[in-house]
Amino acid sequence: MHSIPSVRTYVIIWATLTVMTFVTYYVAQIELGAWNIVVALLIAFFKMMLVILFFMNVKADSPLTKLFAGAGFFWLILLLGQFFIDYLTRTWMPEGTMW
Amino acid sequence: MADTHSTVAEHSEPDHTAHSPHLRHHFDDMAQQFDSATLGMWVFLLTEIMFFGGMFGAYTVYRAMYPEAFASSSQYMNPLYGAMNTAVLIVSSLTMALAVRASRLGEQKALQLFLILTMIFGLAFLVIKGFEYHEHWVDNKVPLFGGHWDYSEAPQFARQAQILFCFYFFMTGFHALHMVVGLGLMTTIFMMARRGTFSPSYFTPVEVSGLYWHFVDIVWIFLFPLLYLIGRTKKLI
Repeated sequence: MHSIPSVRTYVIIWATLTVMTFVTYYVAQIELGAWNIVVALLIAFFKMMLVILFFMNVKADSPLTKLFAGAGFFWLILLLGQFFIDYLTRTWMPEGTMW
Repeated sequence: MADTHSTVAEHSEPDHTAHSPHLRHHFDDMAQQFDSATLGMWVFLLTEIMFFGGMFGAYTVYRAMYPEAFASSSQYMNPLYGAMNTAVLIVSSLTMALAVRASRLGEQKALQLFLILTMIFGLAFLVIKGFEYHEHWVDNKVPLFGGHWDYSEAPQFARQAQILFCFYFFMTGFHALHMVVGLGLMTTIFMMARRGTFSPSYFTPVEVSGLYWHFVDIVWIFLFPLLYLIGRTKKLI
């Protein structure tokens, strides 16, 4: 099937994930305004990619599986995008404006 | 199995053409069967991404509507519990990955050990979560149950904070439910491993259960900053 990653790889990924957990914990206590949530989500995204690529070993999966995994995120972006296009823009127009 | 045809085939041909007893007749070979199973698991995980995605979307909408009320909840969330649980889940993902690795190498003892470790860390997660839920119950921060909601410290946020706590319990609750299902899977896989089902040519159930386990870990990786780490920089109450 495909090559077997070494224990060392797994331990390095685990250590990175744990360090990033501490980083996100401490960065949350620093006042960055609107950037707090951006940094938190970027760190979460980075951790997710490590888990997907290495622990779930998508890196070595067939192109079809990679396509499906990627499609999941594409659909998630569509779902959340449609959500936010509606809800987060409702206050952009003054109240009572006819469109 | 006892007919002459299969015994002849098993003894006279090299290993890679011999039919594994685990190979279903509609697949060409074990590699194709493995790829199909992995793909199938990913299709299931896509539905899970949509399931949790809807909740994350709704959470974001309400958080954008009531940012201060959501941030005020930070007084009642214990980020240490959250961080501990993140660490516990990440370790469980490591032991799960090592279990899959052991099964692929045919190391039966290591496989069983790593599966047990994964279950122990999974249980530890649920126990910590239980303590946390108990604290919310004692703190009267459980909406929807009449007598257990009190937000008199910040009455201006009392109604809006209920929304946050509903999201909190729904999202962590569904996540915990997935953990329980994961523990059931691990128990099944462990029993199969004890029976010696897995070998370097057949470890698909370990692999796909691992995919599920890692997915549940990923959901928590997002829940942790979104539920525990909001509003930690300012005192709103």
